[in-house]
Amino acid sequence: MTSLPITLTINGHRHELEVDPRVTLLDLLRERLDLTGTKKGCDRGQCGACTVLVEGKRINSCLALAVSHDGANVLTIEGVAHGEELHPVQAAFIAHDGFQCGFCTPGQIMSTLGLIAEGQAGDDPERIREGLSGNICRCAAYGGIVEAVLEAQQQLAKADRRTAA
Amino acid sequence: MTLELSLNQQPAHARQGSSIGQPLTRRDGFLKVTGAARYAADNHPPGMLYAVLAVSSIARGRVAALDVEAAKAHHGVVEVMTPKNRPALAADPDAKDHPFMFRLDLLQNDQVRYPNQSIAVVIAETLEAATEGAALLSPRYESLPARVGLDGAESFVPRGVGIGSPAVHHKGDVEVGLKSAKTRIEATYETPAQYHNAMEPHAIVVAWDGDRLSIDTPSQGLAMAQGRIAGLFGIAPENIHIRSPFLGGGFGSKGMISGPQVLGILAARLVGRPVKLVLRREQMYGPVGHRAPTRQTLRMGMDGEGRLTAIDHHARTASSTFDDFFEPAADASHTLYASPAIATSHDAVRLDTGTPLFMRAPGEATGSIALESAIDEAAHACGMDPLEFRLRNYAEVEPMTGKPFSSKALRECYRQAAETFGWASRPLQPRLMRDADGFLTGWGMGTATFPAIMFQAEAHAVLRADGSGLMETGAQDMGQGAWTAFAQIAADGLGLDIDRVEFRAGSSDLPNAGIAGGSGHTATAGMAIHNAGAAVIARLADLATGNEASPLFGAGNEGVLARGGRLYRRDDESRGESYAEILTRAGLTEIEGHGKGAPDPASQETYAKHAHGAVFAEVKVDPDFGQIRVTRLVGAFAAGRVINPRLVRSQYYGGMIWGISFALHEEAITDRRSGRIQNANLAEYHVPVNADVPSVEALLVHEDDPYVNALGIKGVGEIGITGTAGAVANAVWHATGVRPRRFPIRIEDLLG
Repeated sequence: MTSLPITLTINGHRHELEVDPRVTLLDLLRERLDLTGTKKGCDRGQCGACTVLVEGKRINSCLALAVSHDGANVLTIEGVAHGEELHPVQAAFIAHDGFQCGFCTPGQIMSTLGLIAEGQAGDDPERIREGLSGNICRCAAYGGIVEAVLEAQQQLAKADRRTAA
Repeated sequence: MTLELSLNQQPAHARQGSSIGQPLTRRDGFLKVTGAARYAADNHPPGMLYAVLAVSSIARGRVAALDVEAAKAHHGVVEVMTPKNRPALAADPDAKDHPFMFRLDLLQNDQVRYPNQSIAVVIAETLEAATEGAALLSPRYESLPARVGLDGAESFVPRGVGIGSPAVHHKGDVEVGLKSAKTRIEATYETPAQYHNAMEPHAIVVAWDGDRLSIDTPSQGLAMAQGRIAGLFGIAPENIHIRSPFLGGGFGSKGMISGPQVLGILAARLVGRPVKLVLRREQMYGPVGHRAPTRQTLRMGMDGEGRLTAIDHHARTASSTFDDFFEPAADASHTLYASPAIATSHDAVRLDTGTPLFMRAPGEATGSIALESAIDEAAHACGMDPLEFRLRNYAEVEPMTGKPFSSKALRECYRQAAETFGWASRPLQPRLMRDADGFLTGWGMGTATFPAIMFQAEAHAVLRADGSGLMETGAQDMGQGAWTAFAQIAADGLGLDIDRVEFRAGSSDLPNAGIAGGSGHTATAGMAIHNAGAAVIARLADLATGNEASPLFGAGNEGVLARGGRLYRRDDESRGESYAEILTRAGLTEIEGHGKGAPDPASQETYAKHAHGAVFAEVKVDPDFGQIRVTRLVGAFAAGRVINPRLVRSQYYGGMIWGISFALHEEAITDRRSGRIQNANLAEYHVPVNADVPSVEALLVHEDDPYVNALGIKGVGEIGITGTAGAVANAVWHATGVRPRRFPIRIEDLLG
């Protein structure tokens, strides 16, 4: 297969890559860039474990060919915390036990970041449940996930108000 | 020097400052929310190749041809492994030396005995090349008609069901009991084949070094996996190092090493390089186990007061054509409801499927949904409230054996859950409640139960002169929280603050922690940890109490307490000294101790040991479209000592949501002509998503059990699914007046 040159900015780092056009964004992250936090649960866009943000929007990276995102900005789970300092969404997932086995967790967290950015979640648990229903958790930590999203949004709103003030 | 003993120390809960019972957050939480937790497929040793399975698209027959040349000609493909070139094994994968050894498909011949069976492995430089190579094999088959469904073959009575339980069992005479009854019910319920569908597909990364093996793979039973691989390859178990620090879910499907995992090892041997093999989602519907379908008929008789005179529970189930696992569904009637006559029986057919296996609450879940539905029907036939009926038939001793329960706080579970739910205002008749939007509303309940099982485990403890401790056991964390709960038990056992304890687990070079299954891991490995802690503390106490320079001199081993890194005199806590002082004075850098966890055979004989619970469900059903939503679930569970209430609650939530799933969502559909599974993916095989899950509440009912083990632990991983599935079904009846008799409940069953 002829490789194609692409450029991706992943978690703020610029990567110049030669990529087989069959390679998905997910497999590029996992198998070539050692960014294995993003998980493969189904490889066909049905489980959400591979969710990442591309240009701030959540997508299933298993359904995205890497070459079709030439030039894009990608955020993966590895780019969410600042060193030891967790993002409020990550901290809230721990505090509310929003996971068990942890395999779907990176996808849940990236999906949450996308949902919050979309401004669609609000403080209505029913809307949060709906908005995160593309991310399956077989351990069924759903209650904790919803509590975590509610709390994280409050934390983020407070931080925003502080910034504004 | 090492010590092996089990000290009769004070129960853990009686000690001050114990980390047991604390709702700590997960110690592996940081790794899991940052993506740093390394699961098997995240590993990438130098020089690694990718292996992709080709699997059968027929259910029965043989592979007539594979286009190996086309696959090998594809750029990047290194090798194709078929029955012709598969490296030799030291043992026949079809041999069965004991009931826990399951037959594996390891390319031993060209036969196909179920859909999605491995028929070849393509190994390539990239995942894309291996995947395309597998497609290029274009298999041709000689196929035979598939045997499908619970009437698809001649039935027989298996030698045993579950783990060695008799297929047929009775006490008293159910026919006499039924004859003498004033009211009788008979009902047949069907449950489908279900697949575990852990989020993490089975994966293995393998590197051979001579006859040594380095393996990353998820395993619920590291020592068993090590032993199985050792037997298949004819190498010493200690030459095999398996790492499984995190499982992305198991639910029983990662209890035994599966065929595809072994094929990864064979592929690495064939090409002489490290190999990664990860199942595709659809390939998980066959070689890694499933919950067998059942058809269960229950007959019950009741006297004029609503007391059961007979329970007859028969289950038809299915296994594969080549191996034995029989879902022990009818055994659910052994333990819950008092009756002078109980009979349980099983028969089975052999179908062209992968072998069914243990899946979260195997037998208990399938049996529970039928039994709890039938109990609901019986209560209604007697004109009684379902809770009142259950209390009328409350089992004071285990009905089938007559043994006393080691503990049973079920009455308290009923009381707390019913009160929290608001059950008292429930109308007896169905179809009487509507909500403001006109949806039919129904309330149902079920009783939950699961046996308190223990296996065998070992642990190794060390106390160091710097005052820190180490606890090692090859325990497995599949999400239940082993990293946290076991560290809590370790800290308690070592008398140290949890931050002073290094806890090692998840690797086969550590002491055998037994299997993470049967809801028995916390009790089993927990007791090993507890006893290892006691052993090393006893050694430390010997050093102190035998030394004149110590303030503990002469106190005797039983006369000291361990807490916060210090030993104290039991009779005068102002006198004590630190672990570091004791070890330093003795000139030792560290001391160690070993401990074992195992069931106590004497109390096994004397007592029936079970966890219990009560679950109440509210559903709303669209009267026009039949669409069902669970809107509220309240469960109360008594399962002995709770090590960490935060983690335990999460186990109950997860189990209860599996109960919703059993009642409303999950079903593998087999095409009757081809024998293939039509919905082998996560879009069409329905599991609950966040929007399916309402408010779920789990109440932790206090229960002291002095008999199950010194820690008083029963187990919480599976009980939540029992009771809940029936409660949802009963709530659907209460909403609609239609009795669900096949699961999952379908919209079309409620219309018409």
